[in-house]
Amino acid sequence: MFTIDKKAKNLSMALMAIGLVALIFGFVSNPHDTWPALLFNTYFYLGISVFAVFFVAMQYVSEAGWSIVLKRVPEAIMGALPVFSFIMLFIIVAATSHFGGNHIYHWLQEGIMDPASDHYDKILAGKEPYLNATFFIARTSIYLIIWNYFAEKLRKLSILEDKQGGTGSHFKSVSTSAWFMVFFAVTSAMASWDWIMSIDAHWFSTIFGWYVFAEWAAIGFTTILLFTLYLQRQGYLKDVNESHIHDLGKWVFAFSLVWTYIWFSQFMLIWYSNIPEEVTYYTARLEVENYKFLFWFSMLINFILPIILLMSRDAKRNNGRLIFVSIFILIGHWLNSYLLVTPGTLNTHGHIGFTEVGIGLGFAGLLIYLTLYTLAKEPLEAKNHPMLDESKHLHT
Amino acid sequence: MSTNTLYGIFDDEEVLLSSVKEIRANNIEIKEVYSPFPIHGLDKALGLKETRMAITAFIYGCLGLTLGSLMIYYMMQIDWPQNIGGKPNWSFYHNLPAFVPVLFECVVLFAAHLMSITYLIRNGLYPGGKSDSPDERTTDDKFLMEIQVEGDATIIKEMLTKTGATEINEKEA
Repeated sequence: MFTIDKKAKNLSMALMAIGLVALIFGFVSNPHDTWPALLFNTYFYLGISVFAVFFVAMQYVSEAGWSIVLKRVPEAIMGALPVFSFIMLFIIVAATSHFGGNHIYHWLQEGIMDPASDHYDKILAGKEPYLNATFFIARTSIYLIIWNYFAEKLRKLSILEDKQGGTGSHFKSVSTSAWFMVFFAVTSAMASWDWIMSIDAHWFSTIFGWYVFAEWAAIGFTTILLFTLYLQRQGYLKDVNESHIHDLGKWVFAFSLVWTYIWFSQFMLIWYSNIPEEVTYYTARLEVENYKFLFWFSMLINFILPIILLMSRDAKRNNGRLIFVSIFILIGHWLNSYLLVTPGTLNTHGHIGFTEVGIGLGFAGLLIYLTLYTLAKEPLEAKNHPMLDESKHLHT
Repeated sequence: MSTNTLYGIFDDEEVLLSSVKEIRANNIEIKEVYSPFPIHGLDKALGLKETRMAITAFIYGCLGLTLGSLMIYYMMQIDWPQNIGGKPNWSFYHNLPAFVPVLFECVVLFAAHLMSITYLIRNGLYPGGKSDSPDERTTDDKFLMEIQVEGDATIIKEMLTKTGATEINEKEA
């Protein structure tokens, strides 16, 4: 059994307190700038927690045996999913009703689809069947409710397996995971269009769903790795050996490269074709002084850092190196999330200040607390999984 | 003293693996093991050095990147500069995003092919290479352990039989 030690609890509480102060400070001083900060942070942490569900489902569908000894870790990260889902739903509902000065989505502006209005925008009016408030809330609710349903179900089956034994719950998990995979393949892409791409409503990119998925995968694997290393350092997870850490390190490395690959595919095609309606997305980022640096800087630490520091086999077996790179990858993707949301909402006025960083730290505290709290509820070692023995003898 | 070579022949890879461990535990050096297929964990049991393949892959990748850059630079800047979609054709740096896919492919091409070739040469599998295996049956269903002995070989022979060798041959060097 895992028990939360005092230090971790105090740290996560302190982080959450910072987050709360930042949130209140933001909404009192400048609500218009605080909503985008809240949105990109929620996007980032919701991604981490929903990716944990994907990770568990992927292990079942592919009949992977290596990860069983650490499978409680992603299952615990799922524990943060309901909270971040709720925050995301709150932001979306607030955006449609402009509650608290929420003007994240330009296409939700009043009269923008109405030919008689001064704000009428013909292009956006053409997108009305998809981009309208009712459907927007409905879609978001469906994604979030079903993701949470699958997370809950997979976790329940996993705990049931510990108690009952046999292979019944295992095969049920496999079919549940397969359904989740199909559903998530469609909804992760649609969620990325709804929450992020529709900020720049005139612009579109067909690779965007993959781009967001790759980002969630990179930060998701990084978080699973960090929690595993933390638990190991605390003296838990005795069955996790160097090979498991090596495998997680490979995932972090691989998905950092996948993210870069997709980032570059999107960038190069738009750069090359140079069509005004597409290229505005990049001019809004590259021609503005306070975004330009972050644009290249986040690329640098999300790509160059892992490729230099994580390429060799020894590096992926070196815990210090892994922690160092992981923290930088999280920072890099956090900055990239900021760049996904801010130029479209705040134009050229965005800046990273106390509100942005504070909410980010607060959500980190929330994620840490909820994960450790969920971990403490069940025994840390899964038993009765049909491939448990294989996982204990993993050797690469 | 004469140097003899002992060939212990085994029927099963698990028996061979435990035999290798036991013989090495007694400070006897094993020269080589021949097997029809790779045996998981044998490299560690034999105490082989870690492969340097990864380093060669990195070097070949860098070579591919350099040669690819030179090739594109020559083609697109010197030999036949073209105006493609209004992209600046006078500068390698400003055109770089368009060259990245080509450079990427050059890295993969060089790393993959040269690695395969290095692997084959390192294993003596080039045209005209001769097999080192002292017994043809190691390409079918037998496993062979080769030990070089100076002087009396009875102890080692006993040990081989005890650890499960089905047949022991001796050759005077």
